[in-house]
Amino acid sequence: MNISRRKLLILLPAAALAWEHVLAGTPETAPNYAMSEHWWGLLIDISKCIGCGNCVRACQTENDVPDGYFRTWVERYHRSDWHLESPQVISPDGGKEGFPSVAPDPDGEYFYVPKMCNHCADSPCTQVCPVGATFISPDGVVLVDQTYCLGCAYCVQACPYGCRYIHPTKHVADKCTLCYHRITKGLTTACCEACPTGARQLADLKNPNDPIHAFLRTHKVQVLKPQMATGAKVFYNDLDGSVR
Amino acid sequence: MSMFKDAGHLFRFAGLFVLAFLVFLVIRGYVVPKSFGEYGHYRAAAIGEIAAHPVKFAGHQACESCHSDEAGTKAKGKHVTVNCEACHGALAAHVADPTGVVPVKLDTAVLCARCHTATAAKPSGFPQVDPAAHSNGIACETCHNPHSPAIESASAAGGAK
Repeated sequence: MNISRRKLLILLPAAALAWEHVLAGTPETAPNYAMSEHWWGLLIDISKCIGCGNCVRACQTENDVPDGYFRTWVERYHRSDWHLESPQVISPDGGKEGFPSVAPDPDGEYFYVPKMCNHCADSPCTQVCPVGATFISPDGVVLVDQTYCLGCAYCVQACPYGCRYIHPTKHVADKCTLCYHRITKGLTTACCEACPTGARQLADLKNPNDPIHAFLRTHKVQVLKPQMATGAKVFYNDLDGSVR
Repeated sequence: MSMFKDAGHLFRFAGLFVLAFLVFLVIRGYVVPKSFGEYGHYRAAAIGEIAAHPVKFAGHQACESCHSDEAGTKAKGKHVTVNCEACHGALAAHVADPTGVVPVKLDTAVLCARCHTATAAKPSGFPQVDPAAHSNGIACETCHNPHSPAIESASAAGGAK
């Protein structure tokens, strides 16, 4: 190739301008996805959860969650009929391999409660980050910029639901991304995909055709710790009064 | 101009401040990432980076585009709500390379029991058994077709793979 001095002088500034765009970050991988058209949440139907642990295993596979850490986990509650304030809660290995069988309790009840990041609209965890490494995206998903995070763990302490941890090898904050790499491609989350009973349903609150709207209209749905005004977007159906 | 008499030291000091501020602006320009602040107090490019993570669960739509016969069987039975990868595991690798990555045959003794072992903690309407008493060690798929588990007739149960 023959490049004259004149051509080179024209090409160099053009290349410099292009390099700016290369440095500006990864281009959007899902070109048909518009962040402004979505506002993500999730529905958990307690009356359908069978405690199989499929969601926990699916999450760990999909997101390479290290052993002993959980982006989602399942708790088994055992509460007596007259002493709701102090339920017994177990979650062996996050409920990953299911739960031991129990006989019916005539004076109480057993039930499962799946837990995960509530993707709060007013999340305490993003408010405390000193560097702007965690944020709520324009489509309502609380994410961590792991290249920017210092690992100070303020957010881990700030989350009222205990949904964050410091990654043991990356030494930065890690949490549920609501399978952002999946939902932006039109798929559902790994936990919803793996749930055999439909106890978990991804919900797009900005989509008028999403079945979530009919469900919220016709059911008595709650969020966890509503007194903290976090704007939680994981909605629980059939939630027992003893769940904390 | 008697007002600024002997004020040279103040101007020098102000000049120092202006210089320090310019140095700060230059360093800031280099240190703050390009997309920081585009949507809020964070690096907007991080959103695209997180969205670019590889998918491991292909999703039942991908499975059904080839395995329409199994999907048809499943649609008629109680397991219609159970997505393929709930039992078969994450198989995006199989979708990308159908002949190279072959899913392993599942062990129904483990798989079926995971959901259907009886315990008081499960919703009462959910079908539950004590696996040992129910089958006495016989493999579940001997009687039940996992894709449509109800036992309707001998031919239906035997005809399924």
